[in-house]
Amino acid sequence: MFDGIDATLLARMQFAFTVSFHIIFPAFSIGLASYLAVLEGLHLATGKAVYLRLFDYWKKIFAVAFGMGVVSGIVMSYQFGTNWSVFSDKAGPVIGPLMGYEVLTAFFLEAGFLGVMLFGRSRVGPGLHFLATAMVAFGTLLSATWILAVNSWMQTPQGFSINEAGQFVPEDWWAIIFNPSFPYRLVHMVLAAYLTTAFAVGAVGAWHLLRNRADGKPQPAALVMFSMAMWMAALVSPLQIVAGDFHGLNTLEHQPAKIAAMEGHYETQKGAPLILFGMPDNDAGETRYKIEIPKLGSLILTHELDGEIKGLKAFPREHWPPTPIVFWSFRVMVGLGFVMLGIGIWSLWARYRGTLATNTLLHRAAIAAGPAGFVAVLAGWITTEVGRQPWTVYGHLTTAESVSPIAAPAVGWSLVAFVIVYFAVFGAGAFYILRLASKSPDIHDTSHDDENGPQRAGGIMPGPFMEAASRERAGE
Amino acid sequence: MMGLELSFIWAGLIAFAVLAYVILDGFDLGVGILFPFNSETRDRDVMMNSVAPVWDGNETWLVLGGGGLFAVFPLAYATVMPALYVPIIAMLLGLVFRGVAFEFRWRTKRAKFVWDWAFSAGSTVAALMQGIALGALVQGIHIEDRAYAGGWWDWLTPFSVLAGIGVVFGYALLGSTWLVMKTDGALQVRARRFAWITGIATLVLIAAVSLWTPFLDPVYFERWFTFPAANYSLAVPFLIAGSAWMLFTGLSDNKDAQPFLSALAIFVFSFVGIGISFYPHIVPPSLTIAEAAAPDSSLAFLLVGAAVLVPVILAYTAYSYWVFRGKVDPSEGYH
Repeated sequence: MFDGIDATLLARMQFAFTVSFHIIFPAFSIGLASYLAVLEGLHLATGKAVYLRLFDYWKKIFAVAFGMGVVSGIVMSYQFGTNWSVFSDKAGPVIGPLMGYEVLTAFFLEAGFLGVMLFGRSRVGPGLHFLATAMVAFGTLLSATWILAVNSWMQTPQGFSINEAGQFVPEDWWAIIFNPSFPYRLVHMVLAAYLTTAFAVGAVGAWHLLRNRADGKPQPAALVMFSMAMWMAALVSPLQIVAGDFHGLNTLEHQPAKIAAMEGHYETQKGAPLILFGMPDNDAGETRYKIEIPKLGSLILTHELDGEIKGLKAFPREHWPPTPIVFWSFRVMVGLGFVMLGIGIWSLWARYRGTLATNTLLHRAAIAAGPAGFVAVLAGWITTEVGRQPWTVYGHLTTAESVSPIAAPAVGWSLVAFVIVYFAVFGAGAFYILRLASKSPDIHDTSHDDENGPQRAGGIMPGPFMEAASRERAGE
Repeated sequence: MMGLELSFIWAGLIAFAVLAYVILDGFDLGVGILFPFNSETRDRDVMMNSVAPVWDGNETWLVLGGGGLFAVFPLAYATVMPALYVPIIAMLLGLVFRGVAFEFRWRTKRAKFVWDWAFSAGSTVAALMQGIALGALVQGIHIEDRAYAGGWWDWLTPFSVLAGIGVVFGYALLGSTWLVMKTDGALQVRARRFAWITGIATLVLIAAVSLWTPFLDPVYFERWFTFPAANYSLAVPFLIAGSAWMLFTGLSDNKDAQPFLSALAIFVFSFVGIGISFYPHIVPPSLTIAEAAAPDSSLAFLLVGAAVLVPVILAYTAYSYWVFRGKVDPSEGYH
């Protein structure tokens, strides 16, 4: 069935599929691990029971998400070799050791202390338990650091030479790790993970506040988590927009073709407009049906009204990325970024007015924005990964050259297997997370069975807290 | 000759990581393999809780083995993975099912049987595929021009399937002796019986694979039966036989830890035997350790970190096992 199809295309689809599923879990668990460490730290510092209750509440959800991150991550560590063997042989000497450090410093740390964090509270004291939680959180951040160094080196490679076998040979590890796009990408991604978690936590808090508003008083734990999440939204969203702007300027310097695709510019212009919407068309070499704001593109990217912005036509046609995907995924990410900023500001206003616990419109908006971080993370990664095509190592090794010499049916059938297994398994995982989140942190409930909840179809998609919420209310 | 030395140090470290993976994840995969033979929910809860705090750390050695190979022997990684495409992907999917089962199983009553099944089938498939991958590697991988040059079903032979079945029984042996150590009562009695069965089966399969191996390739025959190398290689069967004796006496004397430690020893000595067959190749018959090694700058950079971090990892891994020492308390667990 796959004989007529290009194995490279199938391998790309497989990588895109497995890595997209994978990134959802770390994006959540990086933020959640830090949140858990903060909650446990606050409990130790203040002695307030509400923090411990929230810790135990989110710990269960963390365990499910982390487990899915682990197993989908192991797949990634073998995917390079199975589907991208030429890339592995050539780039292995540079990126392999960085991933080796990720395993040695981060994965073992997380795994070693996760058991203590989940199961060991009665076996170790509160101090050691907090240490275990902090180590897990630290491990997730270390992991992000190494893997983003790898990705950034592939985007903006430096510090290497090439030997006679065509391998990238490391010459200067400092230059390799601290390659030009690394600091920007790291900050942007870690903030994204924090925002993703904040909006997921905020949605859960908001939902419980909404659900029990009839009782007169808001639920205390739900209010604490909602308030903490909204602080994060208000503080981190603007930071993230600034970080994103810096990242964009860095990309303009090192990967101008990607910026041209993100902006939908084909012609090189001085005083370029900002295209809000349009239909980029690589074959026609133009963006159709544009809605644009004059000069703003140059102002944003060069900070001058008449700055020059290179269009795609300044680059060889075979080096153009698939422009429409990059153009649209970028707009989805930016749009959601401003939605998150808006909710953050709105929450500040509600807080100032003293209506944070009672503003049902804000609660509904927060529930709707629950999946916003996940979608923005995916859109952002699609922008940067599709935008660097046709290269795996930017400017040096193309995607087409990187692929394994493996028959199309092998890649095709394994892709089918991954799709079926991931949707079934991670669909179930998302369902269990939503069900855990549907239980109130304030109402004592020892059962974890599914007989006392309303019957719902299994395998629902990750994220739609809104849908779950409306279903729940309809069922009441 | 600096590069040569570094690559050999690394070959030893990767071998250590793979061995650590095999014996550590071996027993928790083995617990999964034994799930269908213990139908009581309560027993299954105890079995799973006996490995739940440590399985993730155990499996990280697999990532170190794979990631380490990618880092220091990229050519070996780039040729072995396409050659073993199907068993590797099947193993990964098996690990997905059994890995998520650790959490999912506690999140539902209605569908608990689904995740029991996922845990057990996933563990068995992962073990079988690891054995098949090992068998296929021993059989040899055809490499031309820095790339795998065979078909995508070459791995499937009677020899590789035999090796696969051997690993399934071997892991089941590790799992059952682990349960002997970590449980008591009726579950322990049953685990002891499984240890007898899987122990005998494992030894028979080790013998079959070992006797077959020298006839796969004359090079293996020479390594095993030509002196002076044979001085070392012939010691291996005796060491395994000694460990087997310790295993069975430990089982019949109702010892708690001795059977598990003996089963570990059987694995260690079998692993040494495989090492004797392979050396100096990393991918038999075409790729040596030195040929597959990454440039010195890669080997040295990661070695600095490994020299510091591996002992630290071993220390806190040991601490984690220490925290969860002793028999599993059926009432414990955060679920």
